[in-house]
Amino acid sequence: MMKDKTMADADMQTDVLVVGGGNAALCAAIAARRQGADVLVLEGAPKFYRGGNTRHTRNMRCAHDTATETLTGPYREEEFFDDLMRVTEGNTDVDLARHMIAESKPMLTWIQEQGVRFQPSLGGTLSLGRTNSFFLGGGRAMLNALYATAENLGVQFRYDAPVTDMTIEDGRFERATATLDGKAVTVKARSLVAAAGGFEANIDWLKEGWGEAADNFLIRGTPYNRGAVLRMLLDKGVQSIGDPTQCHAVAIDARAPKFDGGIITRLDCVVFGIVVNKHAQRFYDEGEDFWPKRYAIWGRLVAAQPDQIAYIVFDAKSLNLFMPSLYPPVQADTIEDLARKLDLPVGAFAKTVSDFNAAVRPGTFDHTVFDDCRTEGLEPEKTHWARRIEDAPFYAYPVRPGITFTYLGTRVDKAARMQMADGKGAANMFAAGEIMAGNVLGKGYAAGIGMTIGSVFGKIAGEGAARHARN
Amino acid sequence: MHATDHLAEASRLMTVCNSCRYCEGLCAVFPAMELRRNFADGDLNYLANLCHSCGACYQDCQFSPPHEFNVNVPRTLAEVRADSYQAYAWPAALQPLFNRNGLWIAAISAVSVAAFILGFAAWHDPEVLWSTDGNFYRLMPHNVMAGLFGAVFLFALLAMAMGLRAFWRDIGASSVAAGSGGSLWQAIKDAGQLRYLDGGGVGCYNEDEYPTDRRRLFHHLTFYGFMLCFAATSTGTIYHYVFGWEAPYGYLSLPKLFGIPGGIGLVIGPIGLLHAKLQRHADLRDPNQFGMETAFLAMLFATGLSGLVLMVARETAALAPLLALHLGVVFALFLTMPYGKFVHGLYRFAALVLYAAERKAEQPATPGAAIVTAKPLDAAAGVRSAG
Repeated sequence: MMKDKTMADADMQTDVLVVGGGNAALCAAIAARRQGADVLVLEGAPKFYRGGNTRHTRNMRCAHDTATETLTGPYREEEFFDDLMRVTEGNTDVDLARHMIAESKPMLTWIQEQGVRFQPSLGGTLSLGRTNSFFLGGGRAMLNALYATAENLGVQFRYDAPVTDMTIEDGRFERATATLDGKAVTVKARSLVAAAGGFEANIDWLKEGWGEAADNFLIRGTPYNRGAVLRMLLDKGVQSIGDPTQCHAVAIDARAPKFDGGIITRLDCVVFGIVVNKHAQRFYDEGEDFWPKRYAIWGRLVAAQPDQIAYIVFDAKSLNLFMPSLYPPVQADTIEDLARKLDLPVGAFAKTVSDFNAAVRPGTFDHTVFDDCRTEGLEPEKTHWARRIEDAPFYAYPVRPGITFTYLGTRVDKAARMQMADGKGAANMFAAGEIMAGNVLGKGYAAGIGMTIGSVFGKIAGEGAARHARN
Repeated sequence: MHATDHLAEASRLMTVCNSCRYCEGLCAVFPAMELRRNFADGDLNYLANLCHSCGACYQDCQFSPPHEFNVNVPRTLAEVRADSYQAYAWPAALQPLFNRNGLWIAAISAVSVAAFILGFAAWHDPEVLWSTDGNFYRLMPHNVMAGLFGAVFLFALLAMAMGLRAFWRDIGASSVAAGSGGSLWQAIKDAGQLRYLDGGGVGCYNEDEYPTDRRRLFHHLTFYGFMLCFAATSTGTIYHYVFGWEAPYGYLSLPKLFGIPGGIGLVIGPIGLLHAKLQRHADLRDPNQFGMETAFLAMLFATGLSGLVLMVARETAALAPLLALHLGVVFALFLTMPYGKFVHGLYRFAALVLYAAERKAEQPATPGAAIVTAKPLDAAAGVRSAG
């Protein structure tokens, strides 16, 4: 067992130190413990907020060769790989990605053996029902199951325990300093698993990539992912990977809280209307593809607009065609009134709407297929699901970029071993989850892939860390 | 707008939950919610009574307190549920019994027991109070006993039927023809096994985030104990009037075969439920209901225990006081049935019936509607997106 040698944890020692408390950290901790290692998990957040962004997740994407009780059909490795190449536009470490996808197959069973329960795809998620496994009760239910399993195995946990410093010599982790009950405590460990998330909640760091625009970003998940551990590792010689501006970003309700608004602030109505910026101008084809496939591009699109704000505008006939969300839409009886309520230039807004309406070609509306409702003669065109905005009342949702997680991270190899800036593999340092997601996700996003990265590399990292600790 | 603050809060929460839906696999409440986009008071009363208070959605929720969205579905629905018991109670003049319900039940029980003691003494030579021949009917003639209890039972039935009717109308159950045989049978199965008191499969939650709760077991002991005791009384009555067989009955008679395990269930079950209640997570408790719930458990416990003790000690000098205690408690239990926690079973069962009907019809009920209306399933109610 872990040696709490002296008074009040003042000097702790363990085989495997896991920094972080989400899916990746728990998979690592469980895997390491099952290999016989003593494991200490330091979670920087208080108990309620434990688990980083895993709290907000709801599914994971794993390859499988046949339908299961909860998956409607096969999703083979090749198809998964093609999807990944498509969303990242090739910005991925191909070897690592293939390895992850291969390991995602047994993960589907392993994660259930750790107590996680799946359910059939949620009503209406037909597009994901074949590829993604949904957690019964959502991400926090998944976390609770993993924590219970880890506790039963004897993994030690400390909450409110941020790591503030690390000693790394020649690519070898020696010890960490953490704050426990307000006191600085040093923790020695034979190996380290860093699974402490990205830096999305650190606005100053986001500004390094995005400039002042980052002030207008909303952070969809935990306020605790400030990248302290990532920064520490990079400063101490771990090689970085990824572009600091790349992240999973979607357009969410501009009225959402700055942090932790989660799933309920997302809006699924882009395809049903038009999207204008603060000058009341359209800027992208709202009907390019089905919403689930394209929702992950709209965060960046809105981030590129002045003041990082946009408005999704639609009319009465579309109101009930999409999932409800937390805040009611802004409503007005005329287009001009709607412009005034949104503080948009009235004349320009009315012209944008009337130009759009005039450009809509006749067609048969069907939002379940690529229909023939499109515009002609606009820049940009709306290529599907284009219907005139003419039935009062008129509605709008203000949207801003909602950052889910960042991709800049620590470079790892297939063993989840961190790579040092000099190109050598670290002796005893492993990484999993958001902190190394950029190895797989150079850009873009596919639903549920963050959890795949966390689980697969978490388990690999935990097993590697335990193996190292034993030798 | 909503009639009460509790309903307004429930409406807010259902809007939050309907935007998330992560909990839809846990129980019946969330799938029923997903059939709707807006929540009238009748909808909320339906959902509140459909909730079994398993606590899973609280532990699974990323927005539960201390999160600023403050999503606490089990507690909010418990508050709405308690308000609904009062609102549906008939006659309306007795609705105030739900205020300080524990105190009322205790007072009515005490008066009832005292009345039986006084009655025994007033109508008989006081010496029968101390006789040891074990004959109930020297204390209270069977016809008087049957008449008294029959009358109070019929009154309770009438009052509860009226309450149920009010609930049925409020939730619009008839609008999806919820009274059909298929829906009833489904609801009997769901209620009989407490299908939705299992946290979505692992068990329910009470004091913490571990699904270690035993309320389902203790509720089964209580419910089936109650039903067995009821069966014991009913078979005893049939023995008496149909066959002319008078109590006491042997240990292998139906009244005893039903009554003994039933009484044991009524003793163990309520103790377990009360223990669980005292352990319950502070956020899930509604202190305003503690009196009502505890009083009901105490009444069931007292019914079971006094019945068992009466059986064992009937041939002692304690017969008369024990009989007065048992009859007094049972009388008070019947009398207060429509005005206490007992009604949760009726409304939950009716909610399960409606849930079964909605699943079959694939459309939500229209609150307040008395007749079948064709309200098409909202095109978006089942729509969702990638997250």
